[in-house]
Amino acid sequence: MGKTLFDKVWDRHVVHQIKEGPQVLYIDRHFIHEVTTPQAFNGLRKRGIKVLRPEQTVATVDHNVPTIHQDLPIQEVLSRHQVEAMIKNCKDFGIELYGLGHPAQGIVHVIGPQLGITRPGITIVCGDSHTSTHGAFGAIAFGIGTSEVEQVLATQCILQTKPKKMRINVEGTLKKGVVSKDIILYIISKISASGGTGYFVEFAGSAIRNLSMEARMSICNMSIEMGARGGMIAPDQITYDYIKGRQFAPQGEDFDKAVEYWKTLPTDGDAVFDLEYTFDAEDIAPMITYGTNPGMGMKIDESIPDKEDAGLEKSLAYMGLEKGQSLLGMPIDYVFFGSCTNARIEDLRLFASLVKGKKKADNVNVLIVPGSKQVERMAREEGIEKILNDAGMQLREPGCSACLGMNEDKVPAGKYCVSTSNRNFEGRQGPGARTILASPLTAAAVAITGKITDVRTLMQ
Amino acid sequence: MDKFIYLDTTAVPLPVQDIDTDQIIPARFLKATTREGFGENLFRDWRFNRDNTPKADFILNNPTYKGKILVAGRNFGCGSSREHAAWAIHDYGFKVVISSFFADIFKNNALNNGVLPLIVEETILQKILKQIEENPGTEIIVDLENQKLKIAALDIDVSFEINSYKKTCLINGYDDIDYLLSLQDTIAGFEKTATNFR
Repeated sequence: MGKTLFDKVWDRHVVHQIKEGPQVLYIDRHFIHEVTTPQAFNGLRKRGIKVLRPEQTVATVDHNVPTIHQDLPIQEVLSRHQVEAMIKNCKDFGIELYGLGHPAQGIVHVIGPQLGITRPGITIVCGDSHTSTHGAFGAIAFGIGTSEVEQVLATQCILQTKPKKMRINVEGTLKKGVVSKDIILYIISKISASGGTGYFVEFAGSAIRNLSMEARMSICNMSIEMGARGGMIAPDQITYDYIKGRQFAPQGEDFDKAVEYWKTLPTDGDAVFDLEYTFDAEDIAPMITYGTNPGMGMKIDESIPDKEDAGLEKSLAYMGLEKGQSLLGMPIDYVFFGSCTNARIEDLRLFASLVKGKKKADNVNVLIVPGSKQVERMAREEGIEKILNDAGMQLREPGCSACLGMNEDKVPAGKYCVSTSNRNFEGRQGPGARTILASPLTAAAVAITGKITDVRTLMQ
Repeated sequence: MDKFIYLDTTAVPLPVQDIDTDQIIPARFLKATTREGFGENLFRDWRFNRDNTPKADFILNNPTYKGKILVAGRNFGCGSSREHAAWAIHDYGFKVVISSFFADIFKNNALNNGVLPLIVEETILQKILKQIEENPGTEIIVDLENQKLKIAALDIDVSFEINSYKKTCLINGYDDIDYLLSLQDTIAGFEKTATNFR
């Protein structure tokens, strides 16, 4: 029987099998950030041990950082302490830190691919559930807890039980106004926020194959929002072209050899999955969420389901919405463009393409946060910042920003925010904040109209 | 890690599905650099008003309900990988969370902190929730050695699953890192042989 992409990569990284227990899995790259690591470094100090492979460890600061005046000291004391602890930990343990002021700083899941560190066939972990992003390259990448961060720092290995395998095929051609964020919100709305739990998911099918790397990353990023351990997409020419020439990518002959290896990774024709779904790309429309988990999504022109369900009722009470309601035309207070889901240069180009020549609506506050310093520089060089400024919007500096209500950027209680991020949980963007997830295109439509707008009505 | 062998206690019902780790501990409380003290912010925004007064209708603020077990709706611990959620549950004093379904990362994090995620069938979960809501003093026994959950008031005496490695860790208070450190030579050997364009 053939093997899946996931099997091929996983099986090559098994160091040891514990009898009737988990496997010891070797980790090629370990991404770390300031929030989920201080306790792990303290653990190493207590045991008097070193980081085994500092050269395979990549560090940045993103969750706590302000997104304006990054040249000044961080105002919030506890955030500053955590960032300072990260600087000290990286120095003490010999890890390179892409910290504030570094030209490569940014959201951990944006900078890894950008630097050419993320590549097919490797294993990646990070103390962050959106590590699944890197699966877009055909890597096994998943989020872990801090105890596991400590294990990886100490041994470059982790104990894991091999998950089951699922394949989700999306076949056909996407319609006008529909982008990769809509694909993943659509899938999660179909299989629910727990439909992928216990599985590692491979996304496949012609609609996925036709996506760029950055669009593929948005899809794998949100695998965790259906509960999946991670998501993967088989590497192909689009993948190789994206990696080629990047700072840490294999160079010259090494690159050609790597490509030969990467070509062996895609799932064999006769491989079997534990569960498989197929969706029709033509059935997907611009999506929005109405509830308090990412599975509570609908096509933008649909109405909130009208059914007896305690969970739905609790969510709608928090959101201030009603069963059977259409959200089209509803006034919105905030638009957040950013996060590891949708803050890459292509996302920003998409947003700017709709905003160009128009003005921000008066009733809406717009936060535009690039995923990295590199994205920020490109936006400036390509004239995107000018388009935004002409529309009355400002490009901020990189960080996780209003995705998670941990830094200065928050949405006030009771306010509605259309967000390109990944979670609409209660209080995610600040206590009492009401989040509506959407694509960068839909976010742009809301930014210029000040209300929930079907982006298709604004496109030629 | 604390040892976990046997527990005879009461339980707190929280019949909500899809409880994500942002509810268990909101991001603004993740700024500490130690593992202690997260219990006071467990379920912060469900438990306290914005002026920090307790919300009278939240179960943890009702002194009638107490015990070392939290019983919650399906898909408990979804969302963010923050281990702070497991630390908050442990620090508050819960040793077991009973649900019909747990998110993967939370399950690992709980086990790494001596908190047992105990999975029961949905019908049994609903029975337990109803019983403890109506009779807060209901005795619940969790016997890890024999992998048994016993609730005499409901005539429940069921087995639960846990892999034998994790069971050994909990019973003895072993951390995974001790085990991994004992494999140093095996890991070094693996690094020499497996390259695969890392």
